[in-house]
Amino acid sequence: MTDPLDLPVHLTPLTEAHRELGARLIEFGGWLMPVQYGSIIDEHRTVRQRVGLFDLSHMGELYIEGPDAGAALDAALVSDPSSLAIGRAHYSMICTPHGGIIDDLIVYRLADARFLVVANAGNAATVSDALAGRLDGFRAVLDDRSLATGLLAVQGPRAAEVLAPLTDVDLTTLRYYAATEGTVAGIGGLVARTGYTGEDGFEVFVETSQTVALWDALLEAVRAAGGQPVGLGARDTLRLEAGMPLYGNELDLDTNPYEAGLGRVVKLGKSGDFVGRAALEKVARDGPSRRLVGLIVEGRGIARHGYPVWSGDRRSGVVTSGTQSPTLGVPIAMAYVAPDDAEPGTVVDIEIRDTRVPARVVALPFYRRDA
Amino acid sequence: MVPTDLRYTNDHEWVRVVGDEATIGITAYAADQLGDIVFVDLPDVGRSVEQSAAFGVVESVKAVSDLFAPVSGEVTETNPDLGRNPELVNSDPYGAGWMVRVRLGDAAQLDALLDPDAYDALIAAG
Repeated sequence: MTDPLDLPVHLTPLTEAHRELGARLIEFGGWLMPVQYGSIIDEHRTVRQRVGLFDLSHMGELYIEGPDAGAALDAALVSDPSSLAIGRAHYSMICTPHGGIIDDLIVYRLADARFLVVANAGNAATVSDALAGRLDGFRAVLDDRSLATGLLAVQGPRAAEVLAPLTDVDLTTLRYYAATEGTVAGIGGLVARTGYTGEDGFEVFVETSQTVALWDALLEAVRAAGGQPVGLGARDTLRLEAGMPLYGNELDLDTNPYEAGLGRVVKLGKSGDFVGRAALEKVARDGPSRRLVGLIVEGRGIARHGYPVWSGDRRSGVVTSGTQSPTLGVPIAMAYVAPDDAEPGTVVDIEIRDTRVPARVVALPFYRRDA
Repeated sequence: MVPTDLRYTNDHEWVRVVGDEATIGITAYAADQLGDIVFVDLPDVGRSVEQSAAFGVVESVKAVSDLFAPVSGEVTETNPDLGRNPELVNSDPYGAGWMVRVRLGDAAQLDALLDPDAYDALIAAG
């Protein structure tokens, strides 16, 4: 077995803390990250029922600043960041001229002329380069602070009660997909009500040098609320239950937003051109050639990434993610299938090790928290 | 220290032989490496398994792993509890988490397996 430390990976400031907590560390997106501290299922259920603490310092943080920052992002991304109110955020994507997805993003408007774009770790450098190029001709500059930023997430129904005593931010007025500057445990940073678990929760961005102190304070509070640290393994099962795509599984350069069920994110009505507009207008007009669906496996077996999907003798598509759902207790999956097979209730077959196992198309998400 | 009454494979299966009956499972080390086990796919009773060949599959939350037969023989029984409670493989890998029983065809095949000391050394080396 290769020692993960032999690989050229970035370390978050918390690598030692994760080791001391008994985490199993893996390379993910160019970073050495905790995949689990103990049982993935335990960590998953802790987030659904109480609260979990995540180190997400591998994510990319790109700041776009200047009088044209909003207009530049409107031209660079499929969404319309210029329409965001200050302190609000939205989900977005950056596409190629052919409409393929380079990455999916969260865009925060921090001030009139200042935005934060959060990219996936494995794509951060690519997005940074592409965005920098697309700012050409606009009065806006990009500051890639990925390596200078620590990011911790507190997620779960008790997230607000954990964070409230530690922060000067009024969480009762901080809405979902909103963000504000503030302090947590005396450490200044950005507090956002966003996440990737399907639960209420917060993400706190701080300077790298403050990450360990923030982690220590949050871990103590999370534990006092019956929570625990949570690794990328449970992060994956949580997002899958919540029907959220993972870049590299559901999204890639050969996938357009409409296939992925994310057409609502593409703002064709915005003024001006944007990268991918012509290609995406065509897909919007003609309809996608395949669709992302949720599947519940009804036979024996677990569907996994890459398994073929059949409709009778016709190859319908392929599974993009699958696991045993800790919350539902059944195997769940997401898959691309032919448009004809995408209606909820349709039964398809998943090829699991030479056996065809029936699975039913269901509406996403698999899990939705009580409002 | 692993149980001393078993023989082991390089792929982290164990076998316990009583008379001509061989009981097969995976080791605590393997179960721990896999993490939470959520599905075990085993051959039907009456099927034959071949030494060193894949005879089934064990799945954790994140990964799929083949099971390799320590010995050849005809399957006489599979653990009926693993369908509903696959986590028994994590909680009691050498006991309630056993997987299959086979009628041992050739006892000499046991000589090809690791004794407890050799298996201990294998997992100590990582």
